Amino acid sequence: MTQIKTPAPPTAKATGAMLFWRTMWARAYPRIVGSLVRERSWLFFETVLPLAATAGYVFVYQAVGAPEEYVGFVVLGGAMTAFWLNILWAMASQLYWDKEGGNLEIYILSPGPLMAILLGMAVGGFVMTVTRAAIILIVCSLAFSVTYTISSVPLLIAIFFLTMIALYGMGMMFAAVFLASGREAWHLANLLQEPIYLASGFYFPVRALGFWVAAASSLIPLTLGMDGMRQLLFAGDATLGFLSVEVEAIILLILSVFFLAAARFMLTKLEEIGRREGRLIERRR
Amino acid sequence: MSSISLAVETHDVRRIYKIRGGKRKGEAKTLIALDGVSMEVPRGELFGLLGPNGAGKTTLIKILATLLLPSSGTAKVDGLDVTTQTQEVRRRISMVSGGETSGFGLLTVEENLWMFARFYGLDNKTIKSRLAEMMQMVGIYDRRSTKISDLSTGLRQKMNFIRGFISDPRVVFLDEPTLGLDVTAARDVRDFVKDWMAQNPDRTLLLTTHYMAEADELCDRLAIIDKGKTLICDSPENLKRRLQSETLFNLKIQPLRKPTSPEDVIEAVPGVRSVTIADQIDFSELRLSLEGEDALPAVLAHLSGRGSGLLSLEKREPTLEDVFTQLVGRRLDEDTSQNSTGEGR
Repeated sequence: MTQIKTPAPPTAKATGAMLFWRTMWARAYPRIVGSLVRERSWLFFETVLPLAATAGYVFVYQAVGAPEEYVGFVVLGGAMTAFWLNILWAMASQLYWDKEGGNLEIYILSPGPLMAILLGMAVGGFVMTVTRAAIILIVCSLAFSVTYTISSVPLLIAIFFLTMIALYGMGMMFAAVFLASGREAWHLANLLQEPIYLASGFYFPVRALGFWVAAASSLIPLTLGMDGMRQLLFAGDATLGFLSVEVEAIILLILSVFFLAAARFMLTKLEEIGRREGRLIERRR
Repeated sequence: MSSISLAVETHDVRRIYKIRGGKRKGEAKTLIALDGVSMEVPRGELFGLLGPNGAGKTTLIKILATLLLPSSGTAKVDGLDVTTQTQEVRRRISMVSGGETSGFGLLTVEENLWMFARFYGLDNKTIKSRLAEMMQMVGIYDRRSTKISDLSTGLRQKMNFIRGFISDPRVVFLDEPTLGLDVTAARDVRDFVKDWMAQNPDRTLLLTTHYMAEADELCDRLAIIDKGKTLICDSPENLKRRLQSETLFNLKIQPLRKPTSPEDVIEAVPGVRSVTIADQIDFSELRLSLEGEDALPAVLAHLSGRGSGLLSLEKREPTLEDVFTQLVGRRLDEDTSQNSTGEGR
């Protein structure tokens, strides 16, 4: 090793909002670079498989002579599965994997807030997933000649982003819960994957489940998000919606605030419990 | 010593783990990892915690690094309480562990280090200049664009070292930093530590290790810790000086038969202060501590009486290993070496 010639001066370090910002983008970076530059093969597999599932439902609807709009419903649902999978496997389970891989200890040791780490994972995950969702949406729309009649672009954008905020907020909360549950995280993610396709109406209007089931399913932000977007994308079929788009937007806003606050609270609690019981640093306890 | 000049201080720190495996189903057992550890480390010191596996070294370092709470007692780093002033402590410290696997395999060395540096709030300009300097210093500059999944263990640990030091910490915790490294990589890591301390004389480094030579080479002072208690704390030289009155021999002998009675042990030979025996396949190794050289013939006669001929004999200077053996009554590596033990215990 060569010698350093002069001692380095003390390094200036950001605090507060700037530290939060830098931490968030630093954690988002591996996901963005990983999915868009380094591991492009993931894009292929994670796009082709949902495409196949979506096509399957489309053919069923066409075979039974369902209204044409249903094809559009399925295509949107198929695109949104990418977000749900991302929440389960790359958000909720991620802190657990990070603990197993040795990164969690570094996150906790550093002054960067854990909330910024989780938000970075969410932002990176969103960028990664939006590409996949867009490909599914475009390919399926072209393949099955889906016609969109958008009634309000601003409202559509608002519903989409509210859904994403609430959904990733829920993912952040799950991350804390899953971390506390240790190895059970894997089973929890598996448990939540398929039933939500049914409960949230990924491939059919959620209204078909009846009011109370649909209301309970609305705790998953994708339920109302997809319902609202379907109403706005296929303007002629607002009658198939569960609630009015405005009400759904308000509920999504409330869910966003709730999930983000819950994630923050649970992270703080989890860190406290982890430090007390040693669970944050011990692997496979 | 005043609190202001201390980088690390602990008072009666205890840490008790609840673990599964009580007598009844679902009942928790308790494990005392630290049992009232008190110590003071002044700023600018390279302080070592030396002890066998399970002695409590890592638990102590993790309490100081805010990853664990003490069950009782107080611990301060840079004058700040690790229990209540957690965030302030974290801004001042860093930690590198042996065998660390942090980072993302699909990112390059440079990208991973940039990411970790940003967690400490460093700006891009500072990161760029410090990264280039430090990567050259540890000899991985030419591997900066390699994905870390393609790095060897030694190179990865060098990267971990940069991660630990890039944030310019005031107190650095190194937990078994050369664990699993080959001789060259371990030497590079130790050289890095010495250079950094020489050029940052106001910074403090706390090192845990169970490698005696490493502790001897690096540490200004060290504490020997066993079963959660600090047994002694002094400079390596002073610790070894404690054994100047003893005469130390390493003997290689033909395999030693088990003693026929409790009295038929080497420790019973007049003039023997302590002995540790490591049985190998074809021979046994004895580390003898005698009151004087004149006790040696009696020991050789004892061995001969038990059917063991002498293969080689070496007189040597005291080492930290001897200090540890004298204090604890067994060798440091006894936990991992099942066939290493004294006879009289």
